[in-house]
Amino acid sequence: MGNDRLALAALVAPAIAFLIAFFVFPLLMMARTGASGPDGLATYLTILVDARYLASLGKTVLLAGTVTLTTLAIAGVAGVFLARHRFPGRRVLTAFLTLPLAFPGVVVGFMVILLAGRQGVVGTIAEALTGERLVFAYSLAGLFVGYLYFSIPRTVLTVMAAAEKLDPALEEGARSLGAGRWRVVRDVVLPGLEGALLAAGAICFATAMGAFGTAFTLATQIDVLPMVIYAEFTVGANIAVAAALSFVLGAITWAVLAIARTAAGANVAAAG
Amino acid sequence: MTTPIRLQACGFTHADGTCALQPTDLSVEAGETLALLGPSGCGKTTLLRLVAGLARPDPGGCVLFDGRDVTDLPVERRNVGMVFQSYALFPNLDVAGNVGYGLKIRRVPPGERAARVARMLAMMRIQELAHRRVDQLSGGQKQRVALARALAVEPAVLLLDEPLTALDAKLREQLRVELAGLLRSLRITAIFVTHDQGEALALGDRVAVMRAGRIEQVGSPHEIYHRPRTRFVASFVGILNLLEGEVADGLFRLPGGSLPASGVAPGPAVLACRPEQLRLDPSGTLAGRIAAAFFLGDRTRLVVEGAAAQPIVVETVAAAPRPGEVVRLAAEPGCPWPLPPA
Amino acid sequence: MRPHFDPGFLAGLVFASLVAFFLVGPVILSVLAGVTANYQRGILESGITLAWLGRVFELYAPTIALSLGIALATLVATLLLGVPVAYALAKAPGRLARLAEEALVMPVAIPGIATGLALILAWGAVGEFRTHWTFILVGHVLFTLPFMVRSTLAVILAAKLPALEEAARSLGAGFLARFVTIVLPNASPGILAGSLMVVTLSLGEFNMTLLLHTPFTMTLPVGLADSYASMRLEIGSAYTLVFLVLLIPLLVALQWAADRATGAPRRP
Repeated sequence: MGNDRLALAALVAPAIAFLIAFFVFPLLMMARTGASGPDGLATYLTILVDARYLASLGKTVLLAGTVTLTTLAIAGVAGVFLARHRFPGRRVLTAFLTLPLAFPGVVVGFMVILLAGRQGVVGTIAEALTGERLVFAYSLAGLFVGYLYFSIPRTVLTVMAAAEKLDPALEEGARSLGAGRWRVVRDVVLPGLEGALLAAGAICFATAMGAFGTAFTLATQIDVLPMVIYAEFTVGANIAVAAALSFVLGAITWAVLAIARTAAGANVAAAG
Repeated sequence: MTTPIRLQACGFTHADGTCALQPTDLSVEAGETLALLGPSGCGKTTLLRLVAGLARPDPGGCVLFDGRDVTDLPVERRNVGMVFQSYALFPNLDVAGNVGYGLKIRRVPPGERAARVARMLAMMRIQELAHRRVDQLSGGQKQRVALARALAVEPAVLLLDEPLTALDAKLREQLRVELAGLLRSLRITAIFVTHDQGEALALGDRVAVMRAGRIEQVGSPHEIYHRPRTRFVASFVGILNLLEGEVADGLFRLPGGSLPASGVAPGPAVLACRPEQLRLDPSGTLAGRIAAAFFLGDRTRLVVEGAAAQPIVVETVAAAPRPGEVVRLAAEPGCPWPLPPA
Repeated sequence: MRPHFDPGFLAGLVFASLVAFFLVGPVILSVLAGVTANYQRGILESGITLAWLGRVFELYAPTIALSLGIALATLVATLLLGVPVAYALAKAPGRLARLAEEALVMPVAIPGIATGLALILAWGAVGEFRTHWTFILVGHVLFTLPFMVRSTLAVILAAKLPALEEAARSLGAGFLARFVTIVLPNASPGILAGSLMVVTLSLGEFNMTLLLHTPFTMTLPVGLADSYASMRLEIGSAYTLVFLVLLIPLLVALQWAADRATGAPRRP
């Protein structure tokens, strides 16, 4: 079978070579650049000590965490509902819920501007009701709405797929044993969806950590980590810090996904 | 189409070091059907794959087709016909496309190819399925297509991996009869793997019983059933009653009486008998109580308690006694017999 | 099938509809704004116009062409690199294969901005590469390759391709014959779904491309960000409309292809 193995290796070789040249090597270069500033290796430490970077990191993690929990709640309910019921218009509703799938972050940012920007509908409605124009697109709240907008479609899809695989007999079994609606959700549905929710949550979190387009569109003064990296690299020309921050950010998202994958045993990856 | 096969010292060790097959010698005569029988994980499928060329024996092993060493030939050049356990029909081709695939690979001209495909479909009585997609076939139809596909290339040997396992009981019975007829009429050298002893005994000219990576016994179905050479073969093929007792004065003494035991050394012994070697007989010398009766249609299987330390299985074609009744048993001549060594 | 006037069902329906409204509403607003003469005064008062779309093509036609070109080139590259990898991974189920799969998926687990920065640091100073469109291509291939591999791999595994190949081998088919007559036809639903995914992702990629692009190599999403920041709302909307016209058919086709690839029963 030695020949076989050689043939298989030959099939994988071009992709591996590409990956080494344009991924592994660049990451190593970036790790080195991160330590090439005036502070040397201590640059990595600065990130954890410097109040500004630490605050940015904290803010980003907090935002990503809140987005993840909110998305799981919304998409979990909507996904289970769509998977469990057959009714006229279900296809359309599903299509609507998954429409923004694969919208890039910039476009999502623009959607938030249309909703809650200076000329947004929320502002217009608020003005008509209270006389005061409500504008929150250009703040952390706007970013939160944008990340929800971005995360709900794919999470709904994941939840629907998992809910459709749940054995209805389990639920019927629980009902036949006298379990009420909420008990069934708690004892049967949620445990059954645990893997999918964990996987979707990890993707959601990692994506929100690293997403950049939405923040870029909404404002330059929202200092989530990717924005800080961009600013350090372009405006500050502080390449060592930008590299170090990128490295830390990459390590965090990768670790979150790896942990979730080990826990859920499913294929987990972020797209962002 | 009659190629004898010989395996010399063919062993197989997985990449992780686990041994699937001890070095094994085996020969299959031209036109003979050999059944490889054994529990799962005994190495029977590995042995089949070695013959097919889907796996290579460990160094020192040698596969001979018609006296020619084919060990180094990969499967695609061995000219074998193979029927896989799940049939492995190509979903992107229709039935005729599947059956003609090997001919297409061999660059048989389209006209001749179509004629041979038609002949194969006719032989398997599935002409009307020629343009059906394979996912629209029933299990039995798939099995026929797989056979037609394997035979279309006029292989030197036909290899079948659990060919009937995926079918339901009734269909299995029917296809077993058909397969037996086909193998006889084609006189092709065939090896098939099965874990079903009934299938092995019915289809094989000879049966090789395997356990834990080695062949325990090769012989005719009759030999395997009536003269098992090891305790494993005896208990794996058919139902076997194991009786624990003591031999004295030519009698085998049991809790419920005794049975004749000629030619067995005196002392404690474990002797064996098949269910059909015992019969209900009011003048029998062994008594027990019916614990359960299973009506099988043509006969009734009785479980008798109290006669021996373990319940004894007996079969009868006559009107069966009810559970709870006390019966007396008599043995056929030569029964019970001493067990072969473990 | 439960009765539809069940209060739980109604609550669920209302909730799902509200979420759908949140997701679709802005898209409709954006489409309308793109054809409204003056958004401030509203569509009814100011009327419908295609002028903004005209302006978009004047200003940004090269970005659209470049993005389409890069998307196609990315597709070709991921097909050539990814399909053989999927095939090999399906055939070699061992520790090494799992490790290779893990390594291939890594680029997706790391934010685009980090990968983009790393690419610039490693390759930015090499000749004319930095200003050439292939610099962006490299980034897009890196990011989309895992999707091609996974989509193809899933279908190959579900199709029990190794067993089919053994059958083809037993009938005399060598490697090339097998690959053409058995592997490709049976993997095609996965390859198609992967291809649509790759094109969709490449067309919309921004996180990495913003760093990788130069004034000579501006892609559609980068152009979008530019228009949002420096143009009238109507132009941004019209440009978004152009993007959606490209993207939504791809998304619909992707959904269809993915259903087909996973063999999911068509939903009523």
